[in-house]
Amino acid sequence: MVALPLRPATTAQASSENYVPCAWRSPDEADMSAWEVSPMAALRTVDAGVKGAPVGPLVHGPVLECRELHKRFGDVEAVHGVSLQIAAGETYGLLGPNGAGKTTTISMACGLLEADRGEVIVAGRPLTTRSVAAKAAIGYVPQELAIYPDLSARENLRFFARLYGLSAAAANARVEEVLAVIGLAERAREPTKNFSGGMQRRLNIGIGLLHRPQLLILDEPTVGVDPQSRNAILESVEALSAEGMAVLYTTHYMEEAERLCDRIGIVDLGELKAEGTRAELVALVGEHDRVTLEGTGDLEAAARACKSLSSVRAASVQDGGVQLIVDSARSVLPELLRTATDAGLAVSAVEVDEPDLETVFLHLTGKALRD
Amino acid sequence: MHTALVIAGKDLRQRLRDRSALLMAIVVPLVLASIFGLIFHNAISGRLTFKLGLVDQDRGPAAQAFVAEALAPLQRSGLIAVRREPTLGAARSATEQGKVSATFVLPAGLSAAIGHGRPSTLRVLGSVDATIGTQVAQSIAQSYAERIDTVRIASAATGATAIGAAQVAATPSPVSIADNSTKSRQLDAGTFYAAGMAVFFLFFTVQFGISSILEERRDGTLARMLVAPVHASAILVGKLLTSLVLGFASMGVLAIATHFLLSAHWGNVLGVAALIAAGVLAATCVMALVATLARTPEQAQSSQAMVALVLGMLGGTFFPVAQAGGLLATLSLATPQAWFLRGIEDLTGGAGPGAVLGPVAAILAFAALTGALAFMRAGRLIAP
Repeated sequence: MVALPLRPATTAQASSENYVPCAWRSPDEADMSAWEVSPMAALRTVDAGVKGAPVGPLVHGPVLECRELHKRFGDVEAVHGVSLQIAAGETYGLLGPNGAGKTTTISMACGLLEADRGEVIVAGRPLTTRSVAAKAAIGYVPQELAIYPDLSARENLRFFARLYGLSAAAANARVEEVLAVIGLAERAREPTKNFSGGMQRRLNIGIGLLHRPQLLILDEPTVGVDPQSRNAILESVEALSAEGMAVLYTTHYMEEAERLCDRIGIVDLGELKAEGTRAELVALVGEHDRVTLEGTGDLEAAARACKSLSSVRAASVQDGGVQLIVDSARSVLPELLRTATDAGLAVSAVEVDEPDLETVFLHLTGKALRD
Repeated sequence: MHTALVIAGKDLRQRLRDRSALLMAIVVPLVLASIFGLIFHNAISGRLTFKLGLVDQDRGPAAQAFVAEALAPLQRSGLIAVRREPTLGAARSATEQGKVSATFVLPAGLSAAIGHGRPSTLRVLGSVDATIGTQVAQSIAQSYAERIDTVRIASAATGATAIGAAQVAATPSPVSIADNSTKSRQLDAGTFYAAGMAVFFLFFTVQFGISSILEERRDGTLARMLVAPVHASAILVGKLLTSLVLGFASMGVLAIATHFLLSAHWGNVLGVAALIAAGVLAATCVMALVATLARTPEQAQSSQAMVALVLGMLGGTFFPVAQAGGLLATLSLATPQAWFLRGIEDLTGGAGPGAVLGPVAAILAFAALTGALAFMRAGRLIAP
């Protein structure tokens, strides 16, 4: 039995109320049994006789561990002291707006970018841009399509399978398995430039699964994807995670993070503001409510005016309305409406919601997720 | 090495499907070599023959002397071919139809006029479409007229009142034609353009391998490769292998095709192989260096095209600039193309592979220099 250490959340600069007190779950027996399962068991359900095995030994402990990662590009500090761990069978979501530092973080986590400070451990091995063995445990699905349009789906998969060291025979068999899983077996011989966007996305993900990685890193895989393909991608990730693969998933879609991720790290301005399960993160907001005031007029002025009220924790302008985190919506609502109206907002609708990750993000960063 | 071979295999598969690459590597150089070979066949090989017409309305000794002494030696040397026309109308027609470049018209009474010292006119009908041929005909006529004047002046000095054809014939021509070409190093047009076009387009062909690194970076597939358990150097080696294979294939196919289709005489097979090997290596290193200086594939391709064009022109792949002499000839030696063509020239005389040691060494030096510079900058090329 290997126990993960309980640890506090990592962002030292934030105020204490921004922390998740005990971010890490201690693995229970159910978690341990998941660690014993091959990450690619899901794909073995269509095994055509090839003995699938994960690359490298099964890891009892974090499959990915990032320790105090720092990365600076010129004057901009893109990542500042990010630490996280992901266990086998766990899906970890990095949630943050565009430019928050998610892609830079995962670029360091997959050995594509060298950290200025800090270290990355993958499957027990230190990872740098020059590492070879540690990279064998990683499956990487970039945000943008990274396939060869003039090659067929089969040729694309076969090339990357060979690149990951599979023998010709093993690669051929494995390619057919993955083609079946991503639903492209019937069009495997066509150049991928003839594929729809959704099909290309599926192939993009399939390449990351070829070598049965222990850690799958997906960088916003649903950006620009139609709803049907998006749902298929989310189902695939759920299946892979259920079968034991560790997944690092970045997104700026709150609903994806809520649906997929066992734990979520909220990232903004290169810092990990907080991490935990959805329930743990929502608990950070406490007994607060989210109030949305819709209307016309000076939204910014209304947000500023409302924020000056003692019962308002955070305020921002989003989607043509003013979003507010308040202590108790019922008691403060009349005062809010009066203040907003006085500030020049002609209120046409009021919405009161239970806290969700959007609320958490607003609470932690003072701005909306899609700002 | 396994990874490099996998990458090279994938790249070659892509290139084989890219018709523009095949056109650039094989078809265009072959077609251009054929066209240039046909156009410049005579100019390059020194076997230029101007077709000239002759209308002899005089039929006297002066006309006979003109044909025997002014035209016959040039006919024997192959510089001109003379076609007799019965009438002035037929001569005009032949000139207009391009059957001859120009026509000499020896008017009736020419011999008598010359014999009695009276003025007469030897006309040249030239084609506006054959200015050089017309100038040659004018030059010949002028030369003959000057010989007559020389005789006339000499006769006047001696008190003679008439001059004869024999005197004109005995007077040396003020114009002499000498062949000063260095035939020992002269390629025929077919071979010159076969080798020239092959080595010119070689530089375009090999660029596909190296600049594809920049394309892969733009398309995100380089990042995907760098995340895989491979050494970054293996990616570079794979790309270089692609360039080398494309270069060898292109040069090999062109050498064989031009030998059979254009009757190009490349010379000793081992010598040619050594030159091709060195040339492919140099072209790959030059294009790799240019690629390392670019930020985008578009930048790389345009820079590489410029470098290939300048080196090709300076190296004499379109025109034998070395024969121009002077600074241009010296500058051309700073290009691998010039040394390649020099090597082929050395082989055409029937020499063995040892004859190309100098050119091969020069090309390899070029490859070593540019290759070392490219290697120093290669890390930048394969950075994610």
